[in-house]
Amino acid sequence: MEISPDLIVFFKIGGFNISATIVFTWIVMGLLIITAWLSTRRLNVEPPISRWQNLLEIIVTYIREQIREITLQQPDRYLPFLGTLFLFIAVSNLLAIVPGYSPPTGSLSTTAALAICVFLAVPVYGITQNGFIGYLRHYSQPTVFMIPFHIINELSRTLSMAVRLFGNIMSGSMILAILLSITPLFVPIVMEVLGMLIGLVQAYIFAVLATVYIASAARVHE
Amino acid sequence: MDGIDNIAIASIVMAGLTMAIGSIGPAIGEAWALSKAMSAIAQQPDEAGTITRTLFVGLAMIESVAIYCFVISIILIFANPFWNYMVLKAG
Repeated sequence: MEISPDLIVFFKIGGFNISATIVFTWIVMGLLIITAWLSTRRLNVEPPISRWQNLLEIIVTYIREQIREITLQQPDRYLPFLGTLFLFIAVSNLLAIVPGYSPPTGSLSTTAALAICVFLAVPVYGITQNGFIGYLRHYSQPTVFMIPFHIINELSRTLSMAVRLFGNIMSGSMILAILLSITPLFVPIVMEVLGMLIGLVQAYIFAVLATVYIASAARVHE
Repeated sequence: MDGIDNIAIASIVMAGLTMAIGSIGPAIGEAWALSKAMSAIAQQPDEAGTITRTLFVGLAMIESVAIYCFVISIILIFANPFWNYMVLKAG
């Protein structure tokens, strides 16, 4: 039983081990890109629209509405980053029903990379919104003595985002592996359905937390 | 009973105790949050969407404490650094 898909090495290129995490990450990325490219080739404004365009419009509209409700700002600036985060995590969790697939989000490397992306995106959005001085000023709110606590807060929430996603997805596949050895007939299917629900909820929560962090840094100070 | 046996016993017992003790707090907290959210939805059914979204995010943040305990106990069982060190030293 492997604790992480990092340990499954498919083949080696030069000195690098191409592990299952890298392979499945590229598969998920390719799937997302190809689906988006195929379904946006012929966009229609008139009523006979293709069903794939309809699906993508529903997803994009829903993500925009959620971002607008949480941040109370125009969602267009945040849509590319947050929508990509949500779609990548959701697809890589939901593909767990495919046999032989192990979710790349079940590896601490992937989730740490995603959390570091959020960690870097917070100052980027904050500085473009409020300017460099304006962004640094929020560290000294309400008093100067809060600066270390703000820094600890940023680091610890990055760690907690990474470990939360990793722990949830890893526990799902671990419970499945244990159940397969105890009651292999029916119970693993139920737990698989529960695991897919948890995967979708965790993708949503990761995106919502990223939205909240970015929005609190990019809030317009008056 | 040498060192490696003690490490095995301590790791297994502590992996169980970590899950047992560490899940008490998040369980109470999640039940509390859920019951508050239920009564809030009962009072204001129009705000059910906002309450549910906030509830999910809050539950995930509470649950991350239990997830930390789970990760620690999994490390103790499957990737124990002290066990690996003793095996390396013995072999």
